[in-house]
Amino acid sequence: MSINIIGAGLGGLSAVLTLAQSGEKCNLISYAPSERAQSVMAEGGINAALDTMGEHDTVEEHYEDTMKGGVYLADPNAVWNLCSNAPSIVEELYKLGVPFSHNEKGIVERSFGGQKKKRTAYVKSSTGKMLMTAMIDAVRRYEVQGLVTRYPRHQLTDIIIEDDTLVSVTIQDRFTKEPLFLQGKTILALGGMAGLFDGMTTGSAHNTSDAQAMLFEKGVEFSNLEFVQYHPTTIGISGKRLLISEAARGEGGRLFVCRNGQPWYFMEEKYPELKNLMPRDVVSAEMVNVTARDDCGDQVYLDMTGIDKKVWQTRLSDLRDQCMHYVNIDPVKHPVPVAPGIHYFMGGIYVDENHCTNIEGLYAAGECACQYHGANRLGGNSLLGAIYGGKVAAQSAMNSAEIYERNTSVAKAVHTGEVPPILAQKISSILYRSLPIIRNEQDMLTATTKLEELIHSSITTAGYRRLMLALAMVGSALNRRESRGAHKREDFPERYDENFRKLSIVQMQDGVIRHTLRDIPERRSS
Amino acid sequence: MIYHIEILRQKDRASEPYRQRMTFEATDPEMTVATLLKTLNAAPDLKDDSGNKVDEIKWECSCLQKKCGACAMRINGKPRLACDVKLSEFKKGEIILEPLKKFPVIADLIVDRSVMLDSLKTITLWLENEANHTKKGEEIAYEASRCLQCGCCLEVCPNYLPGDSFFSAAAFVPATRILSELPKKEQAQIIGNYKNHVYQGCGKSLSCRDICPAQIDIEQMLVNSNAVAVWKRYFK
Repeated sequence: MSINIIGAGLGGLSAVLTLAQSGEKCNLISYAPSERAQSVMAEGGINAALDTMGEHDTVEEHYEDTMKGGVYLADPNAVWNLCSNAPSIVEELYKLGVPFSHNEKGIVERSFGGQKKKRTAYVKSSTGKMLMTAMIDAVRRYEVQGLVTRYPRHQLTDIIIEDDTLVSVTIQDRFTKEPLFLQGKTILALGGMAGLFDGMTTGSAHNTSDAQAMLFEKGVEFSNLEFVQYHPTTIGISGKRLLISEAARGEGGRLFVCRNGQPWYFMEEKYPELKNLMPRDVVSAEMVNVTARDDCGDQVYLDMTGIDKKVWQTRLSDLRDQCMHYVNIDPVKHPVPVAPGIHYFMGGIYVDENHCTNIEGLYAAGECACQYHGANRLGGNSLLGAIYGGKVAAQSAMNSAEIYERNTSVAKAVHTGEVPPILAQKISSILYRSLPIIRNEQDMLTATTKLEELIHSSITTAGYRRLMLALAMVGSALNRRESRGAHKREDFPERYDENFRKLSIVQMQDGVIRHTLRDIPERRSS
Repeated sequence: MIYHIEILRQKDRASEPYRQRMTFEATDPEMTVATLLKTLNAAPDLKDDSGNKVDEIKWECSCLQKKCGACAMRINGKPRLACDVKLSEFKKGEIILEPLKKFPVIADLIVDRSVMLDSLKTITLWLENEANHTKKGEEIAYEASRCLQCGCCLEVCPNYLPGDSFFSAAAFVPATRILSELPKKEQAQIIGNYKNHVYQGCGKSLSCRDICPAQIDIEQMLVNSNAVAVWKRYFK
């Protein structure tokens, strides 16, 4: 039976390529062609300790930075595997033709947040797009050979699970509306849950979170939903938040706020070692703190005027174009007003080190899966995590026994309706108010009440599912009575390792949301 | 400012198209056509200028920042990305939105662009083995890799007709990446395809260059690919 991959961004493509290279047949199902996936928007780069910058970088340091950046909430064995495989992944991408910036010593790497050494390989400020083009072309070969069958305008509408084992997935052709039932092991590579914060994130409008919400209602476990990454440097533009890549700070951009009429480079003063390149959760929280001070203005600026002309041309050209087009500011000449904005979901579908979910035959990789990033993701680790996760999920699917073929007479076309735009906006607004960078119990309790009220109004199945996922997210945040990484609480400002260095697990059973905590595996000796 | 919006609508593939006009007041001239469409769809009980209820306007969007090509449509007669066009461009307040004309319409502003991706399979667009990296080749590969597969270039190409064997810029731009990175001894197959599906059909009007929303240097792509495929020269 073919293996199904749902999602054609980097995670999905990586899984497909791994399967096809092993001669395994697979179906690549996606809402839209790969060219439309959120992965094409990634800018800054991909982390790998290549040690090409004369800094004696090592895999161990990449591991340490990732664990520390994630405030020790990630699975140490999974993170070790990720980091130790990173150099060979970048090498493979280079062989696929990704035109990484390089010199006579090899691939050039730039500085990125939360990392003491230059470890981020890049192609100007369009790294995601370059990786995607190379991967799409590589997969095309197997499409022509008949190993990969694309369903490029199909959305996941249903899943049938019996005895904690996958039976089938239902997909629907968006153009003809015809449903299709697919059996076989299935890898989810759905992307993040931007739709929970509709119009308030840097992400793609395709990532509605509806697939996740359906899976949640069907009993798939989710974890760490409370960890939502606010990227420090975003700008509100028409319909979304525009990301100013961390690469801007990696190449010399400086954050400041006006204090008593003078620019105050607060990150440089408070964090003399990593300065503007502290992990994102730290920078975003500092931005909230300084703008709340009486002696400071309420706007933080990113000053990129000191960046060398050549760097703009060779490393940041896209970034400048975007600023000029959407913000009407030339960042070469003027500081840009920035604010933290929702950018990434560290939480998602629970997976173990092998990217297996709690359902036999069902795997997850990429941003939809909760793996590698703990309480806060480091810049440059998302592209890496998607590619590596896709590989591992594919290997796990290949290595596991075929799931038993069952009678699919139970499979039928489902009509869940859509989440009406007005409901989507209400949910987004409730979540946004209750899950800011620094949270408190009262706001989250209010949000829970409001979401529960909406459930009792007349809504579609899709609307009900999104509300349940939203409730699960707020509930996870309420239950974590500590501050860690991207989850900071006014009422519990300290970190409590003893009680909370654990995964938040949330699952729906018989219409009820159940929260538990699960231990994080110990690191194996290598 | 008050905007008068006309949309060429079509309920589904089998339905007859019709034009619907509506009026919308926007306070933010920075609003893009993409956000305008999203706002119209979120407006409860939106009525057209004849007082009829406006059904949800079907259109596609993903990134909303010119990086994915999903929202390509004809805007006041020109193929463009809806997320690229700000309302401040419409000095007279008249906005006409139509689906791309060279692709089958699925519903309203959504068209089926799968023919573009099929063309890339036909010309065997992939690397069989390891990429051959050269300094000049990498610049070309970068530029060519930026192609969004949005279809705007096909829309304006005087030589491209649906179903024709000429595949236009949406194929030769990506082909330029492969040609720039393919070792010479592996080029025969793609060169044959390139000649049949690009070189022989292209009249070099370069209307694609002027319309490309990613502002890819399409002329340079064509010059380089022709040099490799037809004139047998490596990039210089």
